[in-house]
Amino acid sequence: MFNQKKFIVSHAPFWHDESKVSVRYYNILIATLPAVIFGIIQYGMPAVAVVSLSVSSAIFWELLMNRLTKRPITITDGNAALIGMLFAMLLPATSPWWLVVTGTFVAIVIGKHIYGGIGANPFNPVMVGIAILTLSWKGFLNFDQALLNYDLGYSMVYPLAALKNFGTVAIGAFSPGDLLLGRQSGGIGATFGLGLIIGGIYLMLRGFIRWEISVSFLAGVFITALIFHLFDGARFGGPVFHILTGYTLIGAIFLATEDSSSPANLIPMFIYGAGGGILTMLIRNIGIFHDGVVFAILIMNILNPLLDKIRPKAIGKVV
Amino acid sequence: MLKKLFGGLATPRIDYIPLEGRLPVPVNILLPPKVTLVLDIAMDAKDAILPKIGDTVKTGQKLTLVEDGRVYAISPATGTISAVTPFRGEMGQVGTAVLIDTAKKEDPDDQFAAAAQEPALASAAAFLAGLPGNPPFKVFGDPEKSIHTIVINGADGDLLVATQQFVVQSRIDAIAKGIAVLKRITGIENVTLAVPVNVMGGYGSIGAEVKFVDTAYPSALPHMILKDVLGKVIPAGKGAEDLGVCIFNAEAVASIGRAYEDGKIPFQKLLTVIKKDGSKGLVSARIGTPVKDILKAVGETVADRDRVILGGPMTGVSIYTLDYPVRPDTDALMIQDKDSIPFVSDYPCINCGECLRVCPAKIPINMLVRFLEAGQYQEAVDLYDLYACFECGLCSYVCVSRIPIFQYIRLAKYELNRIETAEVTNV
Ligand code: SF4
Ligand code: SF4
Repeated sequence: MFNQKKFIVSHAPFWHDESKVSVRYYNILIATLPAVIFGIIQYGMPAVAVVSLSVSSAIFWELLMNRLTKRPITITDGNAALIGMLFAMLLPATSPWWLVVTGTFVAIVIGKHIYGGIGANPFNPVMVGIAILTLSWKGFLNFDQALLNYDLGYSMVYPLAALKNFGTVAIGAFSPGDLLLGRQSGGIGATFGLGLIIGGIYLMLRGFIRWEISVSFLAGVFITALIFHLFDGARFGGPVFHILTGYTLIGAIFLATEDSSSPANLIPMFIYGAGGGILTMLIRNIGIFHDGVVFAILIMNILNPLLDKIRPKAIGKVV
Repeated sequence: MLKKLFGGLATPRIDYIPLEGRLPVPVNILLPPKVTLVLDIAMDAKDAILPKIGDTVKTGQKLTLVEDGRVYAISPATGTISAVTPFRGEMGQVGTAVLIDTAKKEDPDDQFAAAAQEPALASAAAFLAGLPGNPPFKVFGDPEKSIHTIVINGADGDLLVATQQFVVQSRIDAIAKGIAVLKRITGIENVTLAVPVNVMGGYGSIGAEVKFVDTAYPSALPHMILKDVLGKVIPAGKGAEDLGVCIFNAEAVASIGRAYEDGKIPFQKLLTVIKKDGSKGLVSARIGTPVKDILKAVGETVADRDRVILGGPMTGVSIYTLDYPVRPDTDALMIQDKDSIPFVSDYPCINCGECLRVCPAKIPINMLVRFLEAGQYQEAVDLYDLYACFECGLCSYVCVSRIPIFQYIRLAKYELNRIETAEVTNV
């Protein structure tokens, strides 16, 4: 009896599908690469600097918070790196270093850790970071100002700003094909529509993001933009233009789908996505900001817990 | 180890792998030198009359453990009682193990033979509760449940297990006899046989309506059978018998048929053995046979830190000793190599929603798990449908954070049950 073998004893199930948090976030990181690499090719070393600093400082803040809160070190799960990466993708290539470091601090420390870390944040940390920066240092996030010294062989005006200031005549120069291929000014990783879409399709097929949110977000933008455009074609841009400019695609694919701050049930996902898309267009067309994606997503984040209450009745539930 | 079988867009599903082609021949395990009989009564229970060491028992001899005959066991072999010890099952279940040194020569007991002349519910309940397949005769004795339908489950609830399917395909005559007996002794005419869709038929004159069970896990668990086959939804926290339905395993029904035909209680239990390399086969072993004797017979070796599981990968029970016996409801024995045991973690829920998508009971697990982790069990029941869970294990299987969700659920139910029992006994 005493020299008996020692077995592992635990409760069922004894199998796992081998998914892992780190695999999930590293895959999303991989999906950002087409858009990011394109941005780096376009904007050169300054873009490399912003991306590297953003990712590394995000990881640094994460490590610091792990240490301060005396919790296990979580920098290897890929979440902090992803936050840093997405944050960099939204910035102009010329952002000064302190702006990047401050932004990742806000994202990681205030956006994520204050609420209890991964899975507990009610807002998308990247959105919190960028929103604070937009409100605090408006000029640095103004793409027309920030990218003034670049000449990449196409009109270096920020399409959404041009539209807002001068109406649809100002955006005639942007063909959908050009926009899709990234011939527009904007954030490092936010302009190359095709790259973002490829990343998005990859993530949807692998199940790393919930397609319901992305698709309904885009549908919300499309339909709302179309209504406005039909109403006053001289003032409001068309749906395709709005989908291919600003943060729309990166928002639909990488930002609105952040796990913790978005709903997980079917109907709430559609409402959340569509709501984000509609709000984006309302802010763009009648609000004061050029782009509405950041605030639209933050507003939907607030509604998320409420939305996710709409859920199927559990089988066998007796009410 | 099964890999993730579903992409992001498709509906998640894992399929049962059916027993196909020529039926395997079960390996017959010889009667071991010692068998263990497990009795569902605590050793220290006040009214227990336990067998004594040194007593001899015959094959088929009934050991009554309480004066009124409520709890009994039937010896699966002839021999001498060599030990009586406390037995602890999963989640603190208490019982008593009786070890019998088996004799070379079998000496059959004929108490049942007399009773078998005239099939009746009383004799079935008095002798057949420990049959291979574990027939739930108890339910018929419960005055609060009036059973009007019998469902015979010919599909195996867990993945990889092929025991019930095998019985359906190889012992159809015994099942037909069992059905006839069941109808006669219970007076219930409404009998349904549920079989896997891909198991070939020949059920013409079986005496029951034949219905098919889907191939996606967990279609063959009782809750899903009732829902898909009978169109009845079991209310949260209740069982099939609360709807007037009694579920028998195919093997139990075949055993009943055999018992009444031969006037002898059958003791050979069929089980699927799933080896470390994933290969599987069937064995037929005397109830009470220790796991170690089965492993020896099928040529499987186990090492430290392997896992030995009674049942399948999703709902089985892992055991800590190879002395553990085959019991009437042991449908499978699975060995997992230490290198293929997935680890669980205490990482927080990231709200990815994978669990919601797979849960057949539609439980908001992403929320539930937060309450379970915090030990707020009552809230888990009130707000997040804890009792609707019918224990398929899929949520733990897919959880990206590798949270032992299902384990938490079991613990919560166990704790709530304990509190309830304490309250009841206090009044
Ligand atoms: S074990 Fe998990 S997946 Fe299965 S019914 Fe219960 S909560 Fe749902
Ligand atoms: S699968 Fe795990 S991590 Fe994902 S929502 Fe469910 S409990 Fe949370």
